[in-house]
Amino acid sequence: MSSEVRFTDFKSDAQPTWCPGCGDFGTMNGMMKALANSGNHPDDTFIVAGIGCSGKIGTYMHSYALHGVHGRALPLGIGVKAANPDLEVMVAGGDGDGYSIGAGHFVHAVRRNLDMTYVVMDNRIYGLTKGQFSPTSREDFETATSPEGPQQSPVNPLALALASGATFIGQTFSSDAQRHTEVVKQAIEHDGFGFVNVYSPCVTFNDVDTYDYFRESLVDLGEEEGYDRTDDEAAIERIMDAEKEHQGVIYQDPDSVSYGDEHGLENSMADIPEGAPEGATDLVREFY
Amino acid sequence: MIQKAFARALGSLGYDMPEDLNWAVGGEAGDGIDSTGKIFAQALSRAGRHVFTSKDFASRIRGGYTAYKIRSSTERIESVVDRLDVLIALTERTVEENTDELHDDSVIIYDGERTMMEDFEAPGEMTALSVPLQRLAEDAGGAIMQNVVALGTACAVCGFDVSYLDESLEKRFGGKGSSIVANNKQAARAGRDFVAEEVEATFPYDIDTTDSDYVLLNGDEAIGMGAIAAGCRFYAGYPITPATNVMEYLKSRVEGFGGHVVQAEDELSAINMALGAARAGARSMTATSGPGIDLMAETFGLIATTETPLVICDVMRSGPSTGMPTKQEQGDLDMLLHGGHGEIPRIVVGATTIAECFHRTIEAFNLAEKYQTPVYLVADLALSVTEQTYPPEEFDMGAVEIDRGNLLQGEDIEEWTNESDQFTPHAATEDGISPRTIPGTAGGAHMTTGLEHDELGRRTEDTDIRVEQVDKRQRKVETAIEREEWTAREFGDGDADVLVLSWGSNEGAIREAMDRLEAEGTSIRLLSVPYLSPRPDLTAAIEEAEEVIVVECNATGQFADVIEHDVLARVKRINKYNGVRFDADGLATRITEAIGSDGGSGDSSDGSDERNEASDAETEQEITT
Ligand SMILES: Cc1ncc(C[n+]2csc(CCOP(=O)(O)OP(=O)(O)O)c2C)c(N)n1
Ligand code: SF4
Ligand SMILES: [Mg+2]
Repeated sequence: MSSEVRFTDFKSDAQPTWCPGCGDFGTMNGMMKALANSGNHPDDTFIVAGIGCSGKIGTYMHSYALHGVHGRALPLGIGVKAANPDLEVMVAGGDGDGYSIGAGHFVHAVRRNLDMTYVVMDNRIYGLTKGQFSPTSREDFETATSPEGPQQSPVNPLALALASGATFIGQTFSSDAQRHTEVVKQAIEHDGFGFVNVYSPCVTFNDVDTYDYFRESLVDLGEEEGYDRTDDEAAIERIMDAEKEHQGVIYQDPDSVSYGDEHGLENSMADIPEGAPEGATDLVREFY
Repeated sequence: MIQKAFARALGSLGYDMPEDLNWAVGGEAGDGIDSTGKIFAQALSRAGRHVFTSKDFASRIRGGYTAYKIRSSTERIESVVDRLDVLIALTERTVEENTDELHDDSVIIYDGERTMMEDFEAPGEMTALSVPLQRLAEDAGGAIMQNVVALGTACAVCGFDVSYLDESLEKRFGGKGSSIVANNKQAARAGRDFVAEEVEATFPYDIDTTDSDYVLLNGDEAIGMGAIAAGCRFYAGYPITPATNVMEYLKSRVEGFGGHVVQAEDELSAINMALGAARAGARSMTATSGPGIDLMAETFGLIATTETPLVICDVMRSGPSTGMPTKQEQGDLDMLLHGGHGEIPRIVVGATTIAECFHRTIEAFNLAEKYQTPVYLVADLALSVTEQTYPPEEFDMGAVEIDRGNLLQGEDIEEWTNESDQFTPHAATEDGISPRTIPGTAGGAHMTTGLEHDELGRRTEDTDIRVEQVDKRQRKVETAIEREEWTAREFGDGDADVLVLSWGSNEGAIREAMDRLEAEGTSIRLLSVPYLSPRPDLTAAIEEAEEVIVVECNATGQFADVIEHDVLARVKRINKYNGVRFDADGLATRITEAIGSDGGSGDSSDGSDERNEASDAETEQEITT
């Protein structure tokens, strides 16, 4: 099936309503390519989207998809994957969705390590609600709800992931299409929770974290000679680097065992018999 | 002998009682009260006797008072009474807590050699039977077995063959090795022999056994077993009293049927995981209690607008807020009928007995898939902690029928695909029920969202489509009203002037109260309502009756309000919100009072005496649940 699937098969006929130039276009394209390149088919793919400009992605892609309530995309994805391990499950949402209202779920989704992919479209702003600061906004970033800046330190999502026991941490930039696609593909292929923080600029409400800023400041670990992604010390150093930001696969645990393998989840739970399952009467006997 | 004893007990209470034995073991939480009581309950069940248990307990793991109470008879019983015949008291407080229930023929088994019970004196004429529980346990192999010694004594007091304990001792201690089992059996016999050898008194209890085989289970277990029977494969939950037992039951069992249990990080997550699994095609559920239902309410609308079949179980406890976590209440009805912002079509089904916990759970899963809607399955603490005997046929797995609704495969999908080859998961059909495909099904790919959407599941703010989608979702409930039987469970005299209405676990106590009242010449018709939304049409029944009384465990009469609204008539109300379930005796009195009263709502709210009593007990409990 794989060779026949083109990335455009993952595109729906709905016209995106993102602002022209929004980073989410590039983020989505890369996701579609990565899905197609790793041999997935829309009928066997499940996209879960958060709420935000980013969350509209579920509408623009073609697959089985669920657009949930704000902040709960990860639990939805976990339920889908646990119930049918054969599905390729990809969860996508914004920085507010994932690191603010959904931050608790992020920590636990990371440590559960289901074999799924989580793409956060990080624009360091609340786009959909028209420009309030987000958990990744800089301390001095002025918005309508932070006229003098949030005056609190931003969340470092990569560090949060690492501290939560991540087995795959990637970071990309939506306009570096090739690298973005490659890293998302590796996250898909990773046997465990493939987390990718994607810098996906908001051209309407964020004039600080712009295309130019990311283009100039991001250091590609793929070009750094001898960078060992399985070395957690090296990963910590990059993740905590106050001077530079990095893109690429920053950390991958080569010994990752997914939740499904750990818990023996092998088959779809969708098929059930027309009556009580065989052996159900033993349950009654237990109560003698 | 038994006749004589009961005749005396009955005489003093003024009415006929069934030939039941009311037994309890009480002490501090952490004393192993629960497992001790369970062993005796199982033994009675093995002896072919019916058992109905209840628990008094505090939230604290150690300290505070806790008791496991058993009512047992050769006849079927469905409720508690406020009488205690045999009490194993590990602390003096156990006796204090139960003074009202003890009577002149009661026997209290205690260890007078324990410092804390040294000066104990039984109140009134009752028999205080001091047994060196600890010493005898040590002789049998360890002080830890003192409760089992007491069980042996209890057998002797009740005229009950101690060997009935053996099977449940094996069940309880089998995992710890055969010598532990043997020691425990020995300890039980030591407790029995002490009575024969050292005690002169005779006891008025001599219980009968029968050849019947019963199973013994509680409501949470019945819900869990019903879920597996119904094909539930995915459960996500967050621990909370008294719903945790559903999760604990399923864990280690549902896996054997290809399922999985996730302990989520909170209820927000639990319900969303369950929803995700349901969208992947699994029969899926979550269970919680009041505080968790509040969190889950966030997702109620999403389940309904995405038309996802999901069973959400609320085992109610005393609220609001953290309330009294280990106490009975039926206070969540308003929440379950209306909770969540916006207007959410839904089905609410309630269990009224432990067996009903099983049957309604299976039904809830079928309704959820047939109507692609959230189904709230309501139980209450009294059901969840009560263990009751049933003939095993009550849980007939052969009778379980699964209806998955409009689930499409293969060619049928094309019929629901538009000219652009897109599947229409929210097609506005005549009966409101849309076609459904499960992920992985070729040609069925679609999205859906909690935003208002069109038939493709894509967001829209088109006014016509909005109305069409709201109507189609609402139409499913109307279809359900037409297609299903939304009946009440009827008991008593269908022609009686007095109609009692109830929901949840009160059914058993009301039925027994009715027996008492019938004997006094008052006939009653009871409609116990398992369907809370949609509801049976009670108009005719209410119009025919001269007196209508709604019985429920809450302060404001949430069900009574709903009934009044449905039939545009006033009803009388019997409410109880002190945290303790209704018992047959108290209820009989209150129904009599209500019949005599001049009507209007709230005229028979809970007696303040009872309330104060309970609050005294509660203030000493540290609530940590
Ligand atoms: C419970 C809840 N609170 C608030 C909102 C309003 N809201 C919608 S999106 C959003 C934040 C979006 O920010 P982000 O997740 O970063 O997504 P972006 O729009 O930037 O892609 C908020 C606060 C909501 N939909 N639900
Ligand atoms: S507001 Fe920002 S994030 Fe939203 S679509 Fe426009 S550019 Fe993209
Ligand atoms: Mg954002």
